[in-house]
Amino acid sequence: MAFQTPTEQYSGKIREVTIGTGDSKVVTGGQNTLNFYNFEGTMPHRPLIAMEVYDTEPVEWAAALKDTLGDVWGDPVAWAKKCQDEFGADMICLQLASTDPNGADKSADEAAETVKAVLGAISIPLIVYGSGNADKDSEVLKKVAEVAQGQNTVIGTAVEDNYKSVAAAAMGFNQIVAGETPIDVNMAKQLNILMTNLGLPAEQILIDPAVGALGYGLEYAYSVIERDRLAALQQNDAMMQMPIIANMGREVWKTKEAKISQEEAPEWGDPTRRGILWETITAVSLLTAGTDILIMRHPESVKLVKKTLTEFGLN
Amino acid sequence: MALTGLDIYKQLPKTNCGECGVPTCLAFAMKLAAGGASLDACPHVTEEAKNALSAASAPPMRGVTIGTGDFAVKVGEELVLFRHEKTFFNAPGFALLVDDMMDEGEAVAKVEALKATKWERVGQALKANLVAVKNTSGDAAKFAGLVTKVQAATDMPLILMADSAESMEKALEVAGASKPLIYAATEGNADAFAELAKKHSAPLAVKAGSLDALGELTTKLDAAGVKDLVLDPGTRTLKETFENLVYLRRAALKKKLRPYGYPTITIPAEETDDDMMEAIHAAVYVMKYGGLIIMRDLSPEKAYPLFVLRQNIYTDPQRPMQVEQGFYPINSPDENSPVMVTTNFSLTYFIVSSEVEGSKQPAWLGVVDVEGLSVLTAWAAGKFVPERIAAFVKKSGIEEKVKHREVVIPGYVAQLSGELEDELGDWKVTVGPREASDISTFLKSYQTVNA
Ligand code: SF4
Repeated sequence: MAFQTPTEQYSGKIREVTIGTGDSKVVTGGQNTLNFYNFEGTMPHRPLIAMEVYDTEPVEWAAALKDTLGDVWGDPVAWAKKCQDEFGADMICLQLASTDPNGADKSADEAAETVKAVLGAISIPLIVYGSGNADKDSEVLKKVAEVAQGQNTVIGTAVEDNYKSVAAAAMGFNQIVAGETPIDVNMAKQLNILMTNLGLPAEQILIDPAVGALGYGLEYAYSVIERDRLAALQQNDAMMQMPIIANMGREVWKTKEAKISQEEAPEWGDPTRRGILWETITAVSLLTAGTDILIMRHPESVKLVKKTLTEFGLN
Repeated sequence: MALTGLDIYKQLPKTNCGECGVPTCLAFAMKLAAGGASLDACPHVTEEAKNALSAASAPPMRGVTIGTGDFAVKVGEELVLFRHEKTFFNAPGFALLVDDMMDEGEAVAKVEALKATKWERVGQALKANLVAVKNTSGDAAKFAGLVTKVQAATDMPLILMADSAESMEKALEVAGASKPLIYAATEGNADAFAELAKKHSAPLAVKAGSLDALGELTTKLDAAGVKDLVLDPGTRTLKETFENLVYLRRAALKKKLRPYGYPTITIPAEETDDDMMEAIHAAVYVMKYGGLIIMRDLSPEKAYPLFVLRQNIYTDPQRPMQVEQGFYPINSPDENSPVMVTTNFSLTYFIVSSEVEGSKQPAWLGVVDVEGLSVLTAWAAGKFVPERIAAFVKKSGIEEKVKHREVVIPGYVAQLSGELEDELGDWKVTVGPREASDISTFLKSYQTVNA
């Protein structure tokens, strides 16, 4: 009895989204199969890794991060360049944490200056995330979209409370929007519908499903992303076919498992390898579920994820 | 394959005698289909019908148990390709690999260290499950010697890995009684290994060069009377193993192909020399679709994230994980430390407790049993309510642990504060932040009054 290989073909396909311009642009999406199922479909572009850069000096970050990033943090331009030149980042994700009204509350203009400086220093595409405060983000991202005009960057996140202004800024200055909804298939779809109804082209939208880290709700993110993907591929749902972006680095590195020292938790083994694996396993899980763009923090984790992609035949 | 009530009804006597405890055969069939009854309850069912029903109702993927007693590991019996369709049932067993070319003392020490590779998380034990002993030397006596030592050093079930029937026979003389997994029957040794498996009633792994050949071998072994099989697709790269695991799971569940209706075994230890990549291969097989996972290195910093991943992926999506009700001390609190309450949804607990920990402020975190719902959901469902919170605080013994009488509730249920104060009598209720991320800021400025 010859084994009939039980392959599956899907009717749907993930939309291709181009980020950046000219020689340095990258393309994500385009696959007509689940991630890593390239044995039965095509995955024309491998998943991408954006490395995080903060516009403020990190406090209380894990020793494993300080060892490798400590020399550049506090200087977003140097940090971004290091990620590009030394760590092989596909993109930079600038996190404008300093604009948080409950924190340093830096102005939109100040944030825009940082964006300009980083853009001037790197040749890879840029993603800019606000502080997560919906009101402030709509103000900040508008300014960011303006100063990044012509760069085809990703701005985010657009949420239920600010998507109109964020989408308008993206349309006005030709940027891409990461739309964020709290781990829910229907809400993700709804936000995509609302933004496209405003006139934002579907090719300028990414889905950010607000993922949790390993041990902190990863299973919810995992299943929601799988369901997003099956809706896109099996049901050919056009409003679910946007590539998925996971803002996961910060979720991983705030867990105690990723940052606690050996003295405090000897039973958990070597803290550096533990933190790196906590991030890498979170990343690989999100990729397996269907993520296209990972926002990551530790260069060793980035290296391991790239190695994993290579082993899957995705270069 | 799940049978419908009607499928079952067709096989019943249709006399409606009622001896099964329900009035009609149809009602009994419905109950059976829903898993609420056993066919044995009907004294009149024919042998023929019994066979037909049990064959048709056998799970599409067989469950296989390795080992005996408390440490036995059961894998297989999975019903879905994606966990959201129902749930994944039997979490993969992690095995540590030692071989007979290693220094014997070192091998035994490695096995003994595994006893400490164990943690508790959300009331569940996270631990390694098996020890794999490999006959790399090809020497039967040497192999049996190591198996003897390993068996003495651990209570975990064993996976015996040898190519020659002679080595396997010797090892089984030592360990056969505790139902180890015999690894592996191949085209070359299948007859001899089948005899050994039957003799010791032990489960048997099957390894072949292609899925075609694998199906032929399992068919042959099944016909020879060996029923408890585990499949090794034989590939040793991440890409190919992943592909084969997907095909095998589909063949078993979607195509209902009996020759492939068994759990799988994966061996990251043989797929890479890089210890970090070994963990990543294992992670991929936890998600898709490894039954057993053999690792050469299970140091805690690798094992812990992998076991947490396994717990996450094998959590029933319909039944959120719950934390046991009670007060949890965080950062060594004393009699003046703040008292906070939240719900027993594991995710809520983890996020809140990690924020409190991160704040470096001591606190007593009270977890109220609301059947595993988050704060807002539990409040909406009428479970996170003043009576229940008050009863918990009063009975928890926290009044002996702190001098003050002040409790912090989540900001999302601020509206409960008045009624909760009435219920609690001498306690004052303070409304905390809505979002967990603001807990640190809150605690740093918060002081209990009597402190
Ligand atoms: S005992 Fe058997 S025959 Fe009698 S009602 Fe129940 S199912 Fe029908």
